[in-house]
Amino acid sequence: MTEAFDVAVVGAGPAGMAAAVAAGERGLRVVLVDAGRRTGGQYWRRPTDDAEPDARFADLHRRLAALGDAVRHVAGQQVWFVEAGEPHALHLSPTVDAAIDVDLAPDADRAPARVEARALVLCPGGYDRQLPVPGWTLPGVMAAGGVQALLKASGTLAGSRAVVAGTGPFLLPVAAGLLRAGAEVVALCEAGSPSGWARTPRGVAAVPGKAAEAAAYAATLARHRVRLRTRTVVTEVRGDDHVTSVRLGRLDRQGRLRPGDGVEVEADLVALGWGFTSSLELLTAVGAATRVDDDGSLVVVVDDGQRTDVPGVLAAGEATGVGGADLAVAEGELAGLTAARDAGCAVDEARVRSVRRTVRRHRAFAAAMHRAHPVPAGWREWLRPDTVVCRCEEVTAGEVRTACDDLGAADARTVKLLTRCGMGWCQGRVCGYATAALAAPAGATPSADDLRSVARRSLAAPVSLGELARGVDGEDD
Amino acid sequence: MSAPDLVVIGAGALGAATAYYAARAGLAVEVVERGAIVSGTTSAGEGNLLVSDKVAGPELDLALLSYRLWRGELAEHAGLWEFEAKGGLVVTTDDAGATALGELAGRQRDAGVEVDVLTADRAHELEPHLTRDLTGAALYPQDSQVQPMLMAAHLLRLARGLGARVRTGTTVTGFLRDGDRVVGVRTDRGDVAAGHVVNAAGTWAGEVATLAGVEVPVLPRRGFILVTEPLPPTVHHKVYAGEYVASTQSAGEGLQVSTVVEGTASGTVLVGSSRERVGFDRTVSLPVLRELARQALRLYPTLAPVALMRTYLGFRPYCPDHLPVIGLDPRAPGLAHVAGHEGAGIGLSVGSAHVLVQALTGRRPDLDLAPFAPERFSLQGVA
Amino acid sequence: MTDRLDLTLDGAPLTARPGQSVGAALTEAGVRSWRTTRRGGRPRGLFCGIGVCFDCLLVVDGVPNQRACLVPARDGMRLETTPRELGGSDD
Repeated sequence: MTEAFDVAVVGAGPAGMAAAVAAGERGLRVVLVDAGRRTGGQYWRRPTDDAEPDARFADLHRRLAALGDAVRHVAGQQVWFVEAGEPHALHLSPTVDAAIDVDLAPDADRAPARVEARALVLCPGGYDRQLPVPGWTLPGVMAAGGVQALLKASGTLAGSRAVVAGTGPFLLPVAAGLLRAGAEVVALCEAGSPSGWARTPRGVAAVPGKAAEAAAYAATLARHRVRLRTRTVVTEVRGDDHVTSVRLGRLDRQGRLRPGDGVEVEADLVALGWGFTSSLELLTAVGAATRVDDDGSLVVVVDDGQRTDVPGVLAAGEATGVGGADLAVAEGELAGLTAARDAGCAVDEARVRSVRRTVRRHRAFAAAMHRAHPVPAGWREWLRPDTVVCRCEEVTAGEVRTACDDLGAADARTVKLLTRCGMGWCQGRVCGYATAALAAPAGATPSADDLRSVARRSLAAPVSLGELARGVDGEDD
Repeated sequence: MSAPDLVVIGAGALGAATAYYAARAGLAVEVVERGAIVSGTTSAGEGNLLVSDKVAGPELDLALLSYRLWRGELAEHAGLWEFEAKGGLVVTTDDAGATALGELAGRQRDAGVEVDVLTADRAHELEPHLTRDLTGAALYPQDSQVQPMLMAAHLLRLARGLGARVRTGTTVTGFLRDGDRVVGVRTDRGDVAAGHVVNAAGTWAGEVATLAGVEVPVLPRRGFILVTEPLPPTVHHKVYAGEYVASTQSAGEGLQVSTVVEGTASGTVLVGSSRERVGFDRTVSLPVLRELARQALRLYPTLAPVALMRTYLGFRPYCPDHLPVIGLDPRAPGLAHVAGHEGAGIGLSVGSAHVLVQALTGRRPDLDLAPFAPERFSLQGVA
Repeated sequence: MTDRLDLTLDGAPLTARPGQSVGAALTEAGVRSWRTTRRGGRPRGLFCGIGVCFDCLLVVDGVPNQRACLVPARDGMRLETTPRELGGSDD
């Protein structure tokens, strides 16, 4: 079954909700496709439909509801294939097998297998960037965002003695959330140094709300006597079949491990995050141009109306550069306004200019944040030959090294081909950055080409052979 | 470094095998590759070493020679490149197909191929997940599989151990000439003088030949492969539908899909094969993916719930007569070609390189190279 | 609406709260791993928690390859840690 729309928005997080609202309110017929069951995405994840954690969410939620049938929300469906064209087409499959999830959404049985739209606004969000560390495959080690998702969705604590480590401001709400839920945070480790913030005061001063947010987290941490250990990293996770302790190490100013002053800390939960990786599979599938952002992540290139270089394909939110919910909302609105204007709808140009200013302000803030929280130059130093890099295919750092040193692999794609690193279930989503970094010359950050080769995915989500064989194509209609 | 005896253009399966055999023959070898090693069609196949899809003739002779090399002098490295003589199982699902398969098997047996014609029940014992709707089957024990990227990378490593040099990111832009004679290559990173130059540029060999002023008609034939989630051993042989042989030999322009299903050492099941003449178009074609899935499920209905993790595509290098180009080019003395093996280049790489190096070093090749002569197409044009 | 859901994990009882994911229910029950890796035979459970990493796969009501972090718990749900073999074609 194919349904046709003016605009298809993929992702119902802050950016996607704002885009759908903006386009819908200007008279376009919109479909909002999301893998989750409820709007809100990862950021506004909540336990029930009634819970409204945030005024920004409440506003968008109310306006979406007010639009009624003008915005069709297709929940619990992931896009596994996209075809750019006139119109564009998205192929959908249930996030959770339909045989299990019988009570998904009121209209789960009517979800289209394919939607067509003249414009796409892709707001796929992102997920924690990871760096391998010895022992990180042990149960009890989780992405910081996963720990947060358990807390937000059902108040579930993934452990009672937690180490939160990596880099970036997102570590603070994760630690604060764990504390409020009753866990002990035995170490909160930031690889960077907070004085990095002070170096770019302009970017911070432009977004005063961020300072207040940070102060609130700091207060929670202070109340529980948790201090932020700067220039500190987890160099090893220990345990037999579950985490029992971690080893912490200190970094010097250059981000290299200082020998000899590591400490061991008992823990049953380790939350790791090194900034974020943008989900780019749909954008790379349509051939949109990409670039390396200030944080070293690959992001999609957009113009000042959120258009990619592919006609009729727009992007908003973390896909264009990691910058948080306020930036995502602004970009989403801008993308929705652009899609409306490109479709011939009347658009308030003053509003466009205002939103554009908001985007610029938040981008400046994000850039300052990224520069204060780099991936430490020395992270490879705590790898051992038997440290798993690719969790799916269990490819070790030693095997990657051999592919480079003995077999002549000099880029991420060749490393993948020779080792299967990044070739498993997750298709390099988790180990892609590390694979690209390990393929780069010693000391260098991953190149754009290497990041592209680990970001491309021929299928945006797994699809069963049966579903592929059954499906509908445009020409079959 | 002094001038090498041999410059090999291309670091795929054919270039790697040529470098290896040439280095073993004592030649100083330099491989130039415009991209990364194993980055072209070598990384886009299944790693087939098939005798079963070939009828009596020069290509079968080349396949049998290659098989002897894989199982003989190269056997000590088999583990490095996941070589497995797993056997090919050709199956048919209608009566006419079964009859044709029986006749083909007879002709192949006469030509030296090991083949056992099986009952449908016996085929089902070998491959329990196969459809019950079989009419016939033939087992080819010589059909083998190799991990093509590891194979080529290790052959390059072994060649380097014998003194060969591999330069990636180096694009050949022209040839050095001494009169008619080719005496090296021009690259975007400088000239390399050499006694001989071997064009092992795969699907791009025609372009390279043009730089030397000779025509070698190697054209791209696009193929897609579906890759499943890793599974416990499920498909034990290379299993393919009887129509596959006809498909590899056909000259049709349009999409052809003939089912090939096989497991790999990493647990994934690979589903092929499609053939299209669409130039170097890298657009992923959903209709082709769907047709591959439909046909695979006809042979393996129980794979329906199995998840696909990814697909990939590549461009087989084919010549109009479906034979590769192997040998010295009389139109450009000093230049040789080893390319155009279509979907069989991984398996045929070692035999092809072996006979080419024999020819280059003035020895008598183990096979008559006349059917593979690079100039054969222009001769036809004249005649 | 009941405030307690009864599920099974490899036949053993497991409770969950409405709205919880299977992964959250397992976590609250103290189960931290429910899969072993193919190559190393190592235990795995939740990692990314948001459907990206596929580390938390399990069999739900006979359907393999389901992400525990995304599947909502339901009363009567059967969770299994080991995928069944594919059936033969004559099943």
